[in-house]
Amino acid sequence: MPDPKLDLLQGTLDLMVLQTLAAMGQLHGYGIARRIEQISGDTILLNQGTIYASLVRLQNRGWISAEWGVSDNNRKAKYYAITRSGRKQLARDAADWRRLSDVMGRVFAQSPEGAE
Amino acid sequence: MISSIRAALARTRAFLNKPIGDADLDQELASHLDFAIEENIQRGLSPEEARRQALIRFGGVQQSREQQRAARGLPALDILMQDLRYTLRTLRRDRSFTFIAILILALGIGANIAVFSVVNTLMLRPLPLRDPARLLWIGPRIFTGDWSSATYSIDAYKELLERNKSYEDVAGYYAFSSSDNFKLSGHGDPKPFTGIGVTPNFFQVLGVDPLMGRLFRRDESLPGAGQVILLSYPLWQRQFHADPSVIGRPVDFNGRSFTIVGVLPRSFDFGAVFAPGTKVDLFVPIDFQGTRLDGNTITLIGRLKPDVTLQQARDEANSLFPKLDFRTDHPEFKADYSGYPTPLKEYVSGKLHRSLVVLWCAVGLILLIVCVNLSNLLLARAAARTKEFALRGALGASRGRIVRQLLTESLLLSGAGSLFGLALAFAITFWLRHQSSIALPLLNDVHVDGVALLWTILVAIATAVLFGLAPGLRMSSSDLQESLKDTGGHGASDGRRHERLRSVLVISEVALACVLLVGAGLLLRSFLRVLNVDLGFKPAYAAAIKVDYDDDGNASKRGAALQNILTHISAIPGVEQAGISDNLPFERNRSWGIPHLHGVDNSHIQGNSALVYIVTPGYLPAMGVPITGRDFNWSDGPLAPQPDPKNPPSPQEAAKHYSEPVVILNESTARRLFPNGDAVGHVIDAATDNMRVIGVIPDVHLTTVEGQGDWQVYYPMMQQGPEGAELVIRSRVPPEQLASSVMHTLREINPGQAAVPLRPIQSLVDHAVSPRRFFVLLVGTFAALGLLLAALGIYGVISYSVTRQTLEIGIRMALGATAARVQFGVIFRTMRLALIGIAVGAVMSLIVASLISAMLFNTAPTDPATFAVMVALLTVVAVLAGYIPARRASRVNPMVALRGN
Repeated sequence: MPDPKLDLLQGTLDLMVLQTLAAMGQLHGYGIARRIEQISGDTILLNQGTIYASLVRLQNRGWISAEWGVSDNNRKAKYYAITRSGRKQLARDAADWRRLSDVMGRVFAQSPEGAE
Repeated sequence: MISSIRAALARTRAFLNKPIGDADLDQELASHLDFAIEENIQRGLSPEEARRQALIRFGGVQQSREQQRAARGLPALDILMQDLRYTLRTLRRDRSFTFIAILILALGIGANIAVFSVVNTLMLRPLPLRDPARLLWIGPRIFTGDWSSATYSIDAYKELLERNKSYEDVAGYYAFSSSDNFKLSGHGDPKPFTGIGVTPNFFQVLGVDPLMGRLFRRDESLPGAGQVILLSYPLWQRQFHADPSVIGRPVDFNGRSFTIVGVLPRSFDFGAVFAPGTKVDLFVPIDFQGTRLDGNTITLIGRLKPDVTLQQARDEANSLFPKLDFRTDHPEFKADYSGYPTPLKEYVSGKLHRSLVVLWCAVGLILLIVCVNLSNLLLARAAARTKEFALRGALGASRGRIVRQLLTESLLLSGAGSLFGLALAFAITFWLRHQSSIALPLLNDVHVDGVALLWTILVAIATAVLFGLAPGLRMSSSDLQESLKDTGGHGASDGRRHERLRSVLVISEVALACVLLVGAGLLLRSFLRVLNVDLGFKPAYAAAIKVDYDDDGNASKRGAALQNILTHISAIPGVEQAGISDNLPFERNRSWGIPHLHGVDNSHIQGNSALVYIVTPGYLPAMGVPITGRDFNWSDGPLAPQPDPKNPPSPQEAAKHYSEPVVILNESTARRLFPNGDAVGHVIDAATDNMRVIGVIPDVHLTTVEGQGDWQVYYPMMQQGPEGAELVIRSRVPPEQLASSVMHTLREINPGQAAVPLRPIQSLVDHAVSPRRFFVLLVGTFAALGLLLAALGIYGVISYSVTRQTLEIGIRMALGATAARVQFGVIFRTMRLALIGIAVGAVMSLIVASLISAMLFNTAPTDPATFAVMVALLTVVAVLAGYIPARRASRVNPMVALRGN
């Protein structure tokens, strides 16, 4: 595919999903996918399908919970919500990310080409 | 941490509930698409376009499903299950391949586990005694088979106990008990049992605790102690019906009353440790006072103190043993004791190490051949499956995935092979445990244990990797497009590569089989040479039975009693000769020092003491031993008592009542004493002074079949005190037919005659050579197996190449090649493979043969006959293996072959 999409780093999608759920409360898979697309302004063109692997991963670790429910327009859907340990994990990961991006920012700042 | 455990649990749960998870996911994905379509329709798209867009945004539905599954469950296990299912399906389809593969593996692995169990028991595992590493056997540095020089007097034992600083305690057993020496009287016909005298601390030193009751007490070897007895577990089971109330019960043996004080545990088998191939039923304390004057009678087993090393014990023995007294009341009797402590384990099985290692190597070779053979089979199969794998590759299977699939296959095969092999090993070890006639130690303890099971798993995995890897890599690397083309494999270069690899495998297989065959051949030839040894006596048509006779302990009555027995026995129709000896060849023996010429100091004579056999007239002829001079006769009567120095009888008077002491020597002894060969008629000092040599016999093998002639002397039973009596008969008919009439006759003379078996003399020889027979049998079996596998390998390769070349052969025949020409071509190819293998194998065999030269008997490691026969055998088998496909090739119908493509 010639499309210049941003490839997601390992674990990044998980973090996005966690943050989305933390910000939005209960959401179904489609909702989460749409929300991430909107936020990223379509820079990250993820295949919506990949989100389900991420969801089951988070669920297995106990960071999110899931239950079947009914949407506003009366459609059956599985709704996800962040758990307490999920919030803690999110706080840790977000802090890590900020530190990492901070460092990366400084690394790139020293070279005009890299900083662009 | 906690979250990863949770994740693992959740994954396992998901793996087990796969259908539920899948249904859930399908529903979720469906609702996802519905949301997306709905939104797209609201944006104004047509329903079809809305659906198309939704699917595009979603990506691959199937991919998403797979990803989710991998994240949800246990993907590695999923793949394994998939591979297993697939493997089972393909193996079921290819039944004959599966059958042969599993059969070969089961034989190879089963033999390996069984041999490992034997090696483990005899070599690796400690003895089944408490803290066995500290138990030492104290005897001469080199044991020649003469038990009198490997034992010590009671006085020496007591002195050792007092003076040594190395041992916590020292125990011993009476080394001169014969089998069936305890007659249980009181219940019908007397039943014979084997009992052994032990020092009272014997079981404590070995660390054997009684199953019930107690062990012996120190004072039970002293005069005045009551007669006590310990039962072995099998005797307690058999004779006393495992009745726990036997403790304290009196029981009559040999007309004396003993009290049963205890029962030994099942795990303790005296024979298995100290006297391989025999069983011991009961134990009594040695009567120290009564045995004191019998000379060297007991063996020594010491338990080392924890802080003393073996070397320290040896140093101490070097200085201490020469000082031990033969008899404390006669310090002038020089015993010249020496003692060399060796670990008990080494004493028990040390001699066997080399044989065991050879056995282990042989069985390892078999496994190697099995692996090579299976690699070969798998390669052949793989060649036929080229397209299948190419297809899988085209459908996206990675190289690793295909190798993994092949490894799963070989693991499954070797797993099944191991299971059957394990069953085989259980059967073999069960059989071995019940081979009480093989004179190998600890056989009763051979079983497949945890270590052996671990070994099995190791062997199974190793074989799987070994025989699965080569074909696996070979397969997965083949060119996809080339394979997919419908060439049917005919003449493709890829097939040639396969064939080269397979040829190398077959050559190595033949070489390995050649090594096994030559090794087995050399051992077999040695064994045949051992069987052909001139023993000095003739075992055929001779048999022995233990006799009880009654002489009231009166030596002057002994002659008459024995003569009476022999007269009656000789009268039985079919009996040609009969005679009695107290000891038989390859059984209990003893020595009484070195005979010498009267008045000549014998201290310069080096060598072992002369073995002493006390026999009646007729014994040597009954054993088939020719005598130069004369045999004993009944007029060689009792000797004069020690003359009273104050009132010596006149020589005439002495000659009237008493006989001259007589002796028969074997050739070695006679030649040492009388180098001119005129021994008969001369007088020597042996058991008593001035003994007349009346006869000389050839050197008879008495201690080992393979050893050289020792010093041997024979005395008449009328003149020297025998210990027990073995009646030997030589008959015109097979002796077994006479068993009942012999027993009947003996019972008539002495109703107290125990119900003992009439044993063919050949069985004594068989027992003596049983360890060699055992090893030859095993190595021979492995060699035969190796030969079969090599033949199978050759057949496989040649047969496959004939199949592949059907077209080529057809063309050649159509162009005028004769059937004989085609056939010759195939056989020629077979021979080339076989001969290269044999050449390589012969060189390897030379090396191996020199390694096992110590195990050979009268056979050179380079024995040309063995090499020639084995090479010829291998060649013939190779030609046969190649002949079958060659015949098939020659029958190719050119029309059919050409049309077929």
